[in-house]
Amino acid sequence: MNSRDILIWLNSLNINSNTIEKLEEYFGSFYSLWEASTDVINNINFISEYFKSVLVKYKDIHYYEDYINRVQKSRAKIITIFDDDYPKHLKSIYNPPKVIYIKGSLESKDEVSIAIVGARKATAYGKWAAEKFAKELASLGITIVSGLAYGIDTKAHEGALIAEGRTIAVLGNGIDLIYPKTNKALFEKIQNNGAIITEYPLGVQPLPYNFPMRNRIISGLSLGVLVVEASKKSGSLITAQMALEQGREVFAIPGNINSVYSKGTNLLIKDGAKLVMDINDIIEEITLLKNRIKTKRIKEVSHLNLGKDEIKIVECIKEYPKHCDEISFQTGLGIKEVNSILTILELKGIVRQLPGKTFQLTDF
Amino acid sequence: MKYIEDINVKTKGRLGVMLSKVKTCVLHGLNGYIVEVETDVSRGMPTFSIVGLPDTSIREAKERVRTAIKNSGFEFPLSRITINLAPASLKKEGSQLDLSIAVGILLATGIIRDRDLSKVSFIGELSLDGNINKIAGALPLVISLKDKGIEKIIVPYENKDECSVVENIDVIPVRNLYELVMYLNDEIDIEPWKTDLSSLFKNDDELYADFSDIKGQESLKRAMEVAAAGGHNILLIGPPGSGKTMIARRLPSILPELTFDESLEITKIYSVAGLLKDNFLITKRPFRAPHHTISGASLVGGGRIPKPGEVSLAHHGVLFLDELPEFQKNVLEVLRQPMEDGYVTISRVNASFTYPAKFMFVASMNPCPCGYYGDPTHECTCSEREINRYLGKISGPLLDRIDIHIEVTPIDYKDLGSNTMSETSESIRKRVNEARKIQIDRYYKEKIFCNAQLTSKDINKYCKLDKECVKLMEEAFNNLGLSARAYSKILKLARTIADLDKKESIQIQHLAEAIQYRSLDRKFWR
Repeated sequence: MNSRDILIWLNSLNINSNTIEKLEEYFGSFYSLWEASTDVINNINFISEYFKSVLVKYKDIHYYEDYINRVQKSRAKIITIFDDDYPKHLKSIYNPPKVIYIKGSLESKDEVSIAIVGARKATAYGKWAAEKFAKELASLGITIVSGLAYGIDTKAHEGALIAEGRTIAVLGNGIDLIYPKTNKALFEKIQNNGAIITEYPLGVQPLPYNFPMRNRIISGLSLGVLVVEASKKSGSLITAQMALEQGREVFAIPGNINSVYSKGTNLLIKDGAKLVMDINDIIEEITLLKNRIKTKRIKEVSHLNLGKDEIKIVECIKEYPKHCDEISFQTGLGIKEVNSILTILELKGIVRQLPGKTFQLTDF
Repeated sequence: MKYIEDINVKTKGRLGVMLSKVKTCVLHGLNGYIVEVETDVSRGMPTFSIVGLPDTSIREAKERVRTAIKNSGFEFPLSRITINLAPASLKKEGSQLDLSIAVGILLATGIIRDRDLSKVSFIGELSLDGNINKIAGALPLVISLKDKGIEKIIVPYENKDECSVVENIDVIPVRNLYELVMYLNDEIDIEPWKTDLSSLFKNDDELYADFSDIKGQESLKRAMEVAAAGGHNILLIGPPGSGKTMIARRLPSILPELTFDESLEITKIYSVAGLLKDNFLITKRPFRAPHHTISGASLVGGGRIPKPGEVSLAHHGVLFLDELPEFQKNVLEVLRQPMEDGYVTISRVNASFTYPAKFMFVASMNPCPCGYYGDPTHECTCSEREINRYLGKISGPLLDRIDIHIEVTPIDYKDLGSNTMSETSESIRKRVNEARKIQIDRYYKEKIFCNAQLTSKDINKYCKLDKECVKLMEEAFNNLGLSARAYSKILKLARTIADLDKKESIQIQHLAEAIQYRSLDRKFWR
């Protein structure tokens, strides 16, 4: 048993990371905890009698091996804080989870991520907004993090999947359980286009007090948190609070001031969260995102993603804005091709149309 | 004159068949209705009365008929003459009834030999000296008579060319009453008049101004080509002197050739409006460009007995409204119904008249009151408010019926340093014809002929988009600030562009090009 194994063993007993930290401090190393006698364990003063008995009862290599087998059987993977592939952002928060269980995969590009959270009981407006923002952000290559709950969370995941982007769901229960059950199909899809993550060991039920803890992981994984709809006492506000403590940006979508479903988000805005009307409001706030999109654009304009004719047109209007007839004449392309390519360049954000059918390169 | 003396001697003092029936026709809009002229000549106090709802021009026929018969040398009966125009309930108007009244009297008095006239009809106005004058609306009369089973029609000599374009009916042109009597009594023979129809449709090349006169303006020409190919209405937006009117006038030259039926329809309208001059069959697509002071009534048609207005005169052709915002708002609004339905119905107390009005709508306007918004060489002096108000003069519903908006920028072609010849109308028309043919084949089950007529239901059926195109559409709406009403227009245009490209399905480049033809949907305009 090395300290990684002992850490996993402790987690499997559903001992939270805070206590694990204290135990490590108390014993000096995980190894001495494993080696400790029953008396020593019974003398620990900061854990309950129940946990003491559990520690004594399961301090057994067979139990541990059996547990690892069960994890493998459920096709989940374990990442501990000692591992290199532990999410970078998550490591930097206060009280990071020591052990996480993963279905699917985490990739390096998931570091550029935004959490979209909101109430389970959401209005049509909230669901629409969640899906729209998830879709638009995901299509820019941003990973959407949320909690797989009903309502806003579900829509956020779905939006990301519609845009064929990546999405991460953070659970408040063991990875072998699907909660809520109706999201089974979504659960499967997320595995293939992102990851399902939890810090809870196998078999842990979705107990109400798990969710606030889960929320710190949601915000911890992300660069910013967008609260779509939240009532005055919503768990999403906890996520927002966590995000602030972790130094993440907090965004909120405004709602009708009479709507109870938007009271929380409106309150967040009042308290200084950034009001969001479109995804640019999010992008311009986060330097990493801004840079990323900028480089994406520069790459495009530097002809990596452009066709032959597209390059011709970009080169043609480099100096000053030109009328489409002029572009057609100078590039030697037919007017119908020019018109069609200009629309596509416009959509890629490379050129801009001015009144009078003149076109110029966008400055960025 | 020996003949007349003989006939007068023969019929002196006796009456012929006493009662005669002769067929003629009156117009109601573009449709003709057969009117039977029943003439009774009987003993009694010499009077001459016409019953059966005649209007003033027919009541006056009494004097013309009496004098014309007398001046042709025949005896006018000193008897009691009663004329009934059956059906008696229908209001009748038009001087073309003169001839049939005269024939009825001559038949009743026996000057014209009694014979079977059930398949013969007479139209023509009499002059006091017995000559038969030209009438307006002869063509629709002849067409309706043919449809009602008449086999032979007697027409004024001057209307012979116009009438002879109708096939399967014998058109007998007569110059005067005397000649007609001779003909009906088999003293002379008049050959039915025939026209060589094919010669009318030849040598069309010189009919219109040509596209090759326009140097440069490639994007504008392309938009025109797309408009012509799909029958789309088009709005040209540009500063003064950018060539909007010049190119609009050339639009008919790239429209598909008129078919004979279309040509007949147009000629009917012009015939009713009395606008047929030397050209007895209109073989050229009409181009109507009314001035912006026009009233609503003259645009859609009006008058106590409604005559076709500009929209009907532009049937199968082009209606061009130059300086669209200068037209009175209520005048523009009356355009909405004909643009939608392809016909216009004008209601009057006793009847309503329907004239066809399928036209391509072309309008031009300045982008702003001063005219120079977006012009590369002039500064626009208008405020944003003024520009918005100017554009607001064109109502949403009218704008909804215009598929293409294209900005016209004056470009000095010499600046581009080229002297290559521009494409001629003929070669553009060839592509347009091919694209139209594809559309006609595709829509043979529907009641439509071109992409512009697609309804929202048809659009779902015929303008299917693949996944890539749907994505492009979505991006375009999110990023370019297109308005919702642009959606179906863009699909229709993309369909036309795909047809020009001879492609079965709409592809991404077609869609992308179509988006360029919706200038007014852009953010900087609204």
